[in-house]
Amino acid sequence: MLEQTGLELVNWARAQFALTAMFHWIFVPLTLGLSFLCAFFESIYVKTGKEEWRRLTRFWMRLFGINFAIGVATGIILEFEFGTNWSNYSWMVGDIFGAPLAIEGLVAFFLEATFFAVMFFGWDRVSKGFHLFSTWMVAIGSNLSALWILVANGWMQFPTGMAFNPDKARFEMQNFWDVLFSPVAVSKFTHTTSSGFLLGSLFVISVSSWYLLKGRHKDMAKKSIVVASVFGLLSALFVGFTGDEAAYTDAQKQPMKLAAFEGLWKGQENAGLVALGVLNPDKRPGDDKDPFIFEIRVPGLLSLLANRSPGSFVPGIDDLVYGNSAQGVMGADEKIKRGKVAIQQLAAYKKAQQLGDQVAAETALQKFNDYKAYLGFGYLDSPEQAVPPVGITFYSFHAMVALGTLFILIFFIFLVLTMKDRIEGQRALLLLGVLSLFLGFIASEAGWVVAEVGRQPWAIQDLLPVTVARTDINVGSVKTTFFMFLVTFTVLFIAEVGIMLKQIQIGPEGK
Amino acid sequence: MLLMPRKIVGFYVNGFRSMTLGKTLWKIILIKLIIIFVVIRLFFMPDYLNTRFKTDSERAQHVMNVITRVHVPGGKNLIP
Repeated sequence: MLEQTGLELVNWARAQFALTAMFHWIFVPLTLGLSFLCAFFESIYVKTGKEEWRRLTRFWMRLFGINFAIGVATGIILEFEFGTNWSNYSWMVGDIFGAPLAIEGLVAFFLEATFFAVMFFGWDRVSKGFHLFSTWMVAIGSNLSALWILVANGWMQFPTGMAFNPDKARFEMQNFWDVLFSPVAVSKFTHTTSSGFLLGSLFVISVSSWYLLKGRHKDMAKKSIVVASVFGLLSALFVGFTGDEAAYTDAQKQPMKLAAFEGLWKGQENAGLVALGVLNPDKRPGDDKDPFIFEIRVPGLLSLLANRSPGSFVPGIDDLVYGNSAQGVMGADEKIKRGKVAIQQLAAYKKAQQLGDQVAAETALQKFNDYKAYLGFGYLDSPEQAVPPVGITFYSFHAMVALGTLFILIFFIFLVLTMKDRIEGQRALLLLGVLSLFLGFIASEAGWVVAEVGRQPWAIQDLLPVTVARTDINVGSVKTTFFMFLVTFTVLFIAEVGIMLKQIQIGPEGK
Repeated sequence: MLLMPRKIVGFYVNGFRSMTLGKTLWKIILIKLIIIFVVIRLFFMPDYLNTRFKTDSERAQHVMNVITRVHVPGGKNLIP
């Protein structure tokens, strides 16, 4: 009973966090992308002095403002959830991220309060140059305000630059630059922000395609498409590049996640990359069932992507669960034993401290330090618990990659046909253009599913599982707030869509 | 000396006055902030450690107890 309640609590707390984060992530990438697109549009206006570019800029700026206003502060709910549902985690990492996130919040607030006001109130009240400067500052500030939260996420995936203080039960920062420039944090920031640029570009293409289908504001739509498809194409290529980097860091730092999103159960040399596949839902760790019902593989490519070395060995889920001594892979089964030693030594240290026995405390601490890298495994009951949900991770990853490839094609075709002034007659393509925004959201949310579901069971990779990170509170209260958020977010989402559609319907002439 | 602050205040006041769509958005923002900070924060999402414990030392002790005497699902008290 106790066991079931604990799992139910963790699952509801996770569901609540996922709901909030995924809702928050509807607005954030649009803000990241549209802010730069507004800056591009306004730069062209200032450069050319042509009134149509000013009208066009103000139109997209209005849609940017709606998105920003509806989305603002939804991320704060995530911080509340840390304190309420994930208090152990929150305490343990507070030293590392508390101050930077608070500073970031203040800087973002003042930057936005100043330049946002100029951006929206300043037309005809400040010089063209200062207005343009403000628009650029909003774009840069919005993107920079995503920095620390993504660095924090990167740290949870690859905890570095810190040491565990057993007297405070906290991870404390030892090297700021190691945290900021960890390979996972860098790829997380670049991949995430550029995916926001991509989504912002799809938004512009989607709305512009709708105008062209309706035969309205054709000149504005075509101008918008040219800028958005150039920005989108460059962003999509960069997203591919940073995605490759993210997969490489996964292979090095979170090999279980890589194995899950590739559906790789048995490690292989010269491992192939699954281009398309249907997983066998009955497959479990350690069994001999076929992992796929159907699959198309590109031979050898996974080894190249994972290790930058053709023919190299890529560990599979079974290797990471049960170990593969021939390839030097330690399994979760061995790590669990070591993790339990770490926990026991930590407890012995605490007890010795309470008794004032410094010699015993020092001995326990030394032993703890020998095993602390496996601390989180000590909380697992079986090595199979170290495996994330494979199906959801695999399909989310492949949906994201397939859609990312499609977006490159969409941006390219829209750019070429618009430059040749042949876009208007392409009804099917324009319908795809309208639809592309929704596909963009699917890809964007799928990216987070890969990152977060793929790292289960960890709140902090290898150090703290979600079952220990949670607060011991009543599951009923978490369920209540889950449904409360669901209703609130649904109302806000309807409000955003309603106001946005109304403004799009009104078009660039509206105020 | 007072000209600059007055200009800045006037800039914001005029900006807010001339808003059309912005007024609706501000209403949404204010309602949302009230829901988030008053209703959700005060009544439903208290900071667990801050409300249960008075000092950082007590909070550290509590978390230490959790991570060394863990009742994880299916798990057992590692240190009795």
